[in-house]
Amino acid sequence: MRRYQTPSQTVGPFFAYGLVPEQYGYRFTSIADHAVAAPATEGTHIRIIGQVLDGEATPIPDALLEFWQANAHGRYNHAADERQDNLLDPDFLGFGRTGTGTSADASFQIDTVKPGAVGEGQAPHINVVVLMRGMLTHAFTRIYFSDEEALNAVDPALANVPENRRATLIGKRDEASAGTYRFDIRMQGERETVFFDI
Amino acid sequence: MSEQRMDWTSHPPHVHPDYKSTVLRGPTKPLIAIDHRLSELTGPVYGHDSVGPLDADLTKNGQRNGEPLGERIIVTGRVVDEDDRPQPDTLVEIWQANAAGRYIHEIDQHAAPIDPNFLGAGRCVTDGEGRYRYITIKPGAYPWKNHYNAWRPNHIHLSLFGPSFTSRLVTQMYFPGDPLLDLDPIFNAVPEAARERLISSFAIDVTEPEFALGYVFDIVLRGPQVTPAED
Ligand SMILES: [Fe+2]
Repeated sequence: MRRYQTPSQTVGPFFAYGLVPEQYGYRFTSIADHAVAAPATEGTHIRIIGQVLDGEATPIPDALLEFWQANAHGRYNHAADERQDNLLDPDFLGFGRTGTGTSADASFQIDTVKPGAVGEGQAPHINVVVLMRGMLTHAFTRIYFSDEEALNAVDPALANVPENRRATLIGKRDEASAGTYRFDIRMQGERETVFFDI
Repeated sequence: MSEQRMDWTSHPPHVHPDYKSTVLRGPTKPLIAIDHRLSELTGPVYGHDSVGPLDADLTKNGQRNGEPLGERIIVTGRVVDEDDRPQPDTLVEIWQANAAGRYIHEIDQHAAPIDPNFLGAGRCVTDGEGRYRYITIKPGAYPWKNHYNAWRPNHIHLSLFGPSFTSRLVTQMYFPGDPLLDLDPIFNAVPEAARERLISSFAIDVTEPEFALGYVFDIVLRGPQVTPAED
């Protein structure tokens, strides 16, 4: 029997105590938070900071971001990734979640390890789900890295993106702060972040 | 270029002006289609060990000094894909207002009482047949500022990952016969033919005598119909 997809609805303004309760101080456990990687996780530890901006470039304080990535060896912690040559790190799931409502400037910050390249000519990247009040259906984007120019140049997903929009997908290494990258998400406007139809 | 992947006959558009905050927040440039590779075919899996014993009983998990007020209900259903295949071991997270229509969330300023014994959040994992089950309190309607005299219909928020990144779903479940549904821009942003999929049905066989009314809400996640890129 053919079934039809349940429609998406907005996450609304009040998701915090259900989806990221510990970050906001509610008395419920969180399944995931901004710490995608633990201190002991193998790989190069990095921090990604940014803001989510609306069509008037105002930072959005009630967005929820989710991050999904491969480990430092380029391996996903999931049954569909069957490659034996890439080492699985049993202590690293590769998922993070954070709201933008607990900092004064509505910024987000995640602590993780730089993902390895997954193979097939792909550049290292982190997959992102963007949800907020005012979004009826979530959006997918990716964070690539400014210090991976050679791989970015041949990445098959970036190749589908018009050249003048690719910069919206690149997290920029902060030269003043080792291991920190800046990645802003612009919902609209001239520099609207590229969102993927997957 | 790949074909269009999102099923826009089921899902609401990014910009729906009747829901005012979409106007400055919904993406307006065309989405870029990409082939499915491991990044899309994998996703986080949270199993039974991620759920505590009271997490699926919202009448108990927020208690401080007694029972929460309101009408106890049981909400259950199957999580399946588009081919009606059950999705076992899938995390289902929920959150909702209390019986008075008030969220525990700090930024909810609606002048309705907080229930000290009700948190309004829970999670559970589907069983081998894709079934989930919650005990909770029927949420009240609440006002919002979208337009004059705007009220959200009674609803429960749900969040599911499903088997891969492409099956991610965040939605809301509504109740049958709610007169506010016709007036709600969030519900009505969904293409008309798909709206009824968001309304649960009352079920006497789920209802428990002397205890709680039962509602059934099945959730259909996007299936793995797209084959991965070959290269
Ligand atoms: Fe709500």
